[in-house]
Amino acid sequence: MDEKHLEDHFNEKIDQDVRIEPKDWMPDHYRKTLIRQISQHAHSEIVGMLPEANWISRAPTLRRKAAALAKVQDEAGHGLYLYSACETLGVDRDTLLDQLHTGKAKYSSIFNYPTLTWADMGAIGWLVDGAAIMNQVPLCRASYGPYARAMIRVCKEESFHQRQGFEIMLTLCKGSDEQQKMAQDALNRWWWPALMMFGPTDADSPHTEQSMRWGIKRFTNDELRQKFVDVSKPQADLLGIKIPDPDLKWNEARGHYDFGEINWDEFYNVIKGNGPCNKQRIDARTKAWEEGAWVREAASAYAEKKTKQQAA
Amino acid sequence: MNNWPLWEIFVRSKAGLNHKHVGSLHASDAEMAIQNARDVYTRRNEGVSIWVVESKHITASDPDDSDPLYEPAKDKVYRHPTFYDLPDEVKHM
Ligand SMILES: [Fe+2]
Ligand SMILES: [Fe+2]
Repeated sequence: MDEKHLEDHFNEKIDQDVRIEPKDWMPDHYRKTLIRQISQHAHSEIVGMLPEANWISRAPTLRRKAAALAKVQDEAGHGLYLYSACETLGVDRDTLLDQLHTGKAKYSSIFNYPTLTWADMGAIGWLVDGAAIMNQVPLCRASYGPYARAMIRVCKEESFHQRQGFEIMLTLCKGSDEQQKMAQDALNRWWWPALMMFGPTDADSPHTEQSMRWGIKRFTNDELRQKFVDVSKPQADLLGIKIPDPDLKWNEARGHYDFGEINWDEFYNVIKGNGPCNKQRIDARTKAWEEGAWVREAASAYAEKKTKQQAA
Repeated sequence: MNNWPLWEIFVRSKAGLNHKHVGSLHASDAEMAIQNARDVYTRRNEGVSIWVVESKHITASDPDDSDPLYEPAKDKVYRHPTFYDLPDEVKHM
């Protein structure tokens, strides 16, 4: 079959919602876009462990500590599912990690903000995992089979992340004045970065149309962001804390909340590497990778020795 | 990690069911593959048994061959019980 026929057949499958599998023919651009998207997502899961790891040893109770450990372990798992899905597109794991460590690959800008108080564990679970879920649920129907299957596993596990976060917020909001202030302060600091997680506005996302055509994006950034604001406002009311946006109000005609302008300068600045923790995060990843080298080498040497012994 | 091979992971979700492919991972040997599979794929009681197979040992059918491979089965409706017309009076069949 020539290229034209292959491409027609590929587009037909996309139109009929038939999943594309690793050995199927796919346009080069589709493959490259997917590698970028899935690896960015995998990196975000892995780097996303760092801001929370900081609080595992500082959790206020054993119950909270067990939950924090389980959540961080889940995020490691999510990274692994996604790296594996990405590798089926013909890129190897070392290349992906190298792109992360050298700053060639991006990860979600949200993880470049610091976790200053215990309330941040609540705000992150509630808002950051909440925004991630909103992004990820539609991707369970992504056109690329291994990606969609990884997302199904991820989404099944994410729901506990958000609920445990909201429970932390709820406990603080029902607590002392000081605890309520902590919860409000965390919301103040995480609200806007959480909205930025949905990416640039639709007007500034030139690739959205192609990605939606390919079924590797199911809703636009602005659609998802609006949905997130709409569900979060009543949740904040329930907690009795205030979303830090003077322009946030219900618009009866639209049937949605209106909200204020995002600070896009800050967004692009963090993406460029100038957020409060970009350097710290990459340094932590690189350090773990380098200091783990001897373990990887020892395991390989041991496996080799055993194979030789079995052969002898 | 380049020399850590890729393994395909199969998990039996409970006794009596077959092992099902759940994903893949890198490990230096089979033993580590099982340990990692336990951590990555069965954190919530998803399984009672794990198989690991090095990916390079799996031979897959070619997607381009799917027509000649599966087409012949499509016109053999007589392989299904509903193909056979029996009167309603026949019971237990
Ligand atoms: Fe995750
Ligand atoms: Fe999560």
